[in-house]
Amino acid sequence: MSRLLSLLIAIALVAPSLPLLDDELRADEWLEFRGVGGASRVKEGSLPVELSAADVRWSVDLPGRGLSGVLVVGDRAFVTTSEGPTQDRLHLVCLSASTGKILWDRQVWATGRTMCHPKTSVAAPTPCSDGKHVYAIFSSNDLVCFDLDGNLQWLRGITYDYPNVSNSLGMSSSLLVTGDTVIVPVENDSESYSLGIDAATGENRWRLDRPKGANWTSPVILKPGLVALQSKKGIDAIHAADGSTAWSYTEGADTVSSSALADGVLYVPSNGITALTLDPADPAKQPTQAWRENTLSPATASCVVAGDALYTINGAGVLTAGDRETGKRRWQLRLQGPYSGTPVTDGKHLWAVNEAGLVQVVELGAKEGKVVATLDLGDEILCSPAAADGALFVRSNTKLHKIGR
Amino acid sequence: MVPFPRFLTGACAVASLLLVGGGVVVASPVTDSLPALRAVDHEGKGNAAAAKAWGVIAAADASALPDILAAMDGANPLAANWLRAAVDAVVAKAGGSAKLPVDSLVRFLGETKHDPRARRLAFDLVKGADPTRADTLLDGMVEDPSVELRRDAVAKVIARAEGLKTAGKKEEALAAYQKAFAASRNVEQIQTLATAIRDLGGTVDLTRHFGFLRNWQIVGPFDNTEGKGFAAVYPPEEKLDLSASLDGKEGKVSWQPVETGDEYGIVNVNLTYPPPAPPADAPPAEGPKEGLKGVIAYAVTEFVSAEDRPAEIRLGCKNAWKIWLNGTPVFEREEYHRGMEIDQYRMPVTLRKGPNTILVKICQDEQRRPWTTEWEFQLRVCDDVGTAILPPASPPTVAK
Repeated sequence: MSRLLSLLIAIALVAPSLPLLDDELRADEWLEFRGVGGASRVKEGSLPVELSAADVRWSVDLPGRGLSGVLVVGDRAFVTTSEGPTQDRLHLVCLSASTGKILWDRQVWATGRTMCHPKTSVAAPTPCSDGKHVYAIFSSNDLVCFDLDGNLQWLRGITYDYPNVSNSLGMSSSLLVTGDTVIVPVENDSESYSLGIDAATGENRWRLDRPKGANWTSPVILKPGLVALQSKKGIDAIHAADGSTAWSYTEGADTVSSSALADGVLYVPSNGITALTLDPADPAKQPTQAWRENTLSPATASCVVAGDALYTINGAGVLTAGDRETGKRRWQLRLQGPYSGTPVTDGKHLWAVNEAGLVQVVELGAKEGKVVATLDLGDEILCSPAAADGALFVRSNTKLHKIGR
Repeated sequence: MVPFPRFLTGACAVASLLLVGGGVVVASPVTDSLPALRAVDHEGKGNAAAAKAWGVIAAADASALPDILAAMDGANPLAANWLRAAVDAVVAKAGGSAKLPVDSLVRFLGETKHDPRARRLAFDLVKGADPTRADTLLDGMVEDPSVELRRDAVAKVIARAEGLKTAGKKEEALAAYQKAFAASRNVEQIQTLATAIRDLGGTVDLTRHFGFLRNWQIVGPFDNTEGKGFAAVYPPEEKLDLSASLDGKEGKVSWQPVETGDEYGIVNVNLTYPPPAPPADAPPAEGPKEGLKGVIAYAVTEFVSAEDRPAEIRLGCKNAWKIWLNGTPVFEREEYHRGMEIDQYRMPVTLRKGPNTILVKICQDEQRRPWTTEWEFQLRVCDDVGTAILPPASPPTVAK
């Protein structure tokens, strides 16, 4: 019996709440950046492999630009945009996931700085949802909570509260909600924090001093109420309720690509990829290092995990498959890059959308990968796709596309 | 908190008449709910009460829009956002722009005492309902206190100028471009106009238009090894004596006058403190010549104001920095090499009549990458619209 299989059995027996088991992958939901556990994983067979122009079910003009990812909650899709000469008009847009019709659009004005690198946007971070509300943040650190019908529940101006929370290149860390706490990472060179915010009122539960340094990575839920915050120093597991630290991994980590959790193992972009095995009985205990493989270094896109492998894309657009049990590299395949967004996988195939808007479907074999389908959207795509309702949702600076059923 | 102006201009559709103390008072669920939105403040204060009130306001008839917009006057940015989102809900409930009270919104737009962003929002609502009317309104807005309304009005002047240019009427085109340039407060628009005017043989004084400060006294370098100099207090922070000889990083240093010739006011500290010459046998360097590393300089200037007045100091800088006005700290930021642009940082200040001392601490770190060479800043003084505040008898910029 392999160590991985032993681990999976142990997780199933001892800690059924641990992500990422198949029964947690709901076909109609994509509630956060890169989906459950940040592993960008969908149920096997839930996305179309053969792609043609007819598979673009709808493309809808968006009121503004952005590169944040899409959320799908039931039949509703949510996306953020920013517009205006200084991108200070911030939108949260709700659309019908089946038709693309815009159901509502709510705006607020930026209360923080909107300067950012021209390639990114003020609408860079991906919102999150608890299934009843949508929590959205922007590079200006304006944070809003609406219910699914567009009723404003609360809002915050994090830079209005703490004036040196900003990044002149732009902020992009995405939100998470776990239990009744919204995790808000606003880490930067100067006044660097992560906050735990009461999901009901928008008030601070805690505000944690974090390493000073620009940080574009996003957190991961390790188990309900426990999140991993990534920084240049490594990983800190934080109790969402009070901000206390459960454990720390201090051997450094990337500040662009984020970690991914699958089946009780956290894959950290640290010295390549470092696999940290969580304690199956209590993920709040210090994890053990399963392996480290420096040939698996990701670039901007984060690693994805499914089946018995994990996948990374480097700066040259080369897709690398690694063995989840050992980290050993299995094969490489040069794709047409470059990539800003993280691909989606079901373990059998991988859907990667490059910056030029070319969707490449890769068949994932044990010994090799093969591109089996492509679809050119003809639109610059910098977001990480969402997957729900048998389709991919990808957005550009002008449009939101639904590809699939 | 600015007192809430109870403009009861349009909420009557949702109002009822009550007899209170023998008098008639107009009670409106909307106007009664607006103070809760205006009461929100830092760190989520007032959110719970605001959420309840928001539901009432969002359910209002479109006739309440002028009241909701007027509530933005003097509101803090968070309160303005609660109101902003309510406007979207009210418009959606009304069934779209076509069913809005356009005349009331035009009246609101015409009253420049109102919050500039609220007026811009009113304009957008009018534009959605009647684009032709909105376009006509822009003709009177080239000097509008709303930067965005002014920008769109100036864009119309630019379009006319381009038409004249295409028609071969160069003199008239130049005059139109110059009118647009004088009115514009948008950086990209100003730069585009400067090019257009120069292409037609005209002249522009960008330094004066923006109000960039060109003349400084600079002293340095002081030590910033491991970034520790940012928090360190060197003599210029304690006492400004331009004749003093100070202990620098590698010996005595003294103040030097610097006048930048850059039309966008960029003060390049590397020019004042160039790096040591490389050995004679060193190979030619690739890329930009690297300046000093792990160092700090101070720059000071005197800005004469004709009156006591509110103003903004606007800074562009990709190095860590601190600013003092008349000895009082204004703001500081410890961030290196993440980019620089005009008006990157806007700092509201109060100028006093007569001379004002502006002191800038500019820090260079120890990164050695092609994009970490710059050690520079650009600073201007203007009002909240972006109009340059010029010292009395300020002469035109002489090209250097």
